[in-house]
Amino acid sequence: MPKNAGTGKWRKLPNRIEGTVMATPNTPLWEVFIRSRNGLAHKHVGSLHASDATMALQNARDLYTRRGEGLSIWVVPSNAITASDPAEKGMMFEPAESKIYRHPTFYEVPDEVGHM
Amino acid sequence: MYTQALNTSDADDRHIEDAARAAAFQARIDAEERIEPNDWMPAAYRKTLTRQISQHAHSEIVGMLPEGNWITRAPSLRRKAALLAKVQDECGHGLYLYAAAETLGASREELVDLMLSGKAKYSSIFNYPTLTWADIGVIGWLVDGAAIMNQIPLCRCSYGPYARAMIRVCKEESFHQRQGYEIMVTLARGTEEQKAMAQDALNRWWWPVLMMFGPPDQASQHSDTSTRWKIKRFSNDELRQKFVDATVPQAQYLGLTIPDPGMKQNEAGHWEYSAIDWDEFKQVLAGNGPCNRDRMAARRKAHDEGAWVREAAEAYAEKRRHRQVAQAAE
Ligand SMILES: [Fe+2]
Ligand SMILES: [Fe+2]
Repeated sequence: MPKNAGTGKWRKLPNRIEGTVMATPNTPLWEVFIRSRNGLAHKHVGSLHASDATMALQNARDLYTRRGEGLSIWVVPSNAITASDPAEKGMMFEPAESKIYRHPTFYEVPDEVGHM
Repeated sequence: MYTQALNTSDADDRHIEDAARAAAFQARIDAEERIEPNDWMPAAYRKTLTRQISQHAHSEIVGMLPEGNWITRAPSLRRKAALLAKVQDECGHGLYLYAAAETLGASREELVDLMLSGKAKYSSIFNYPTLTWADIGVIGWLVDGAAIMNQIPLCRCSYGPYARAMIRVCKEESFHQRQGYEIMVTLARGTEEQKAMAQDALNRWWWPVLMMFGPPDQASQHSDTSTRWKIKRFSNDELRQKFVDATVPQAQYLGLTIPDPGMKQNEAGHWEYSAIDWDEFKQVLAGNGPCNRDRMAARRKAHDEGAWVREAAEAYAEKRRHRQVAQAAE
């Protein structure tokens, strides 16, 4: 997960470690997604730093596919991701939770009909 | 009376709110829920994990040095390829871990700077020298073996990103230990000189490896809260004992002697080891081990000499951004 994902209105950045001098400039952060096999979706595997997209792809290759873990890689700038707020997960997901009639088991089909 | 309440309410409310949040947080931990980066967490939890994960990352990175020392001198192409792949893996472990630490709000750059300035610690074990090829065998067998003992329970750590990084790391570690043991088997079946080399390496590494598990339980300052937060699942002494019990038969198979004449098996089947020299451990942690200065100098040199690469990459990315903006404006 990107540390800065989301709008930031609900979470201020945590305290910096005390006594640190920022001597080295920060390199942009990227999220890495890998398609592990034909027919599967890309899946988030982690993040890395790189100054541009080409280097992010090359670094992702070296960092996350040293043992043939992937057929395809996506890299996305971490700050391009908008995340939902975990503190509001109740409000966010409640509408789905209360609608049990969206599930097949809600409906009764006579046994004689067999599998449906 | 009312105003008095108003005067104090601000701080008190925050305190009460934090206490309520802390209780809810602990309830999530007790229910084996994973804590994720954007979830609320006590400041001390964040601080403890940032320190632990970044120290773990530094250890992986500094840990490349003693083994890197032997890549060009590996006795065969097979050994050289394996060692190179192992050292690359350790670099990867360091990077997974820095990424996990960053989800807590620190930046990799500042964590690395803390290490380079000597303010952050890394594992004491990497301050010992690799004098012969047998040391590469012992490192894989025992140092990675001990690391695995430590890391397996961390796969169930309460902090999601750390646990996930550990799962990746553990998958990769097993090759590290096996290639080390294979080196030991080869030496143990070799000439008298090779056997002596294997025994000498074991003699030098045994006690420092036992120290890897950290101070004895009575003396460990971080254990209580870490256990309550399910960052730590076993105590230092429990893990050390597990490691010793697993290692003794492996040494016996090699025909090597563990350099602890007082060691004996108790009725429960556990191997009881002699007292560990914790003064040595403290000395190494304080910067006075055989290679502390060397390791720091090597890390600083690599960082300084890599500066132009980082700057060039940034300058190139900047140039490309400008060009794209200019093209878009046409
Ligand atoms: Fe490692
Ligand atoms: Fe390893």
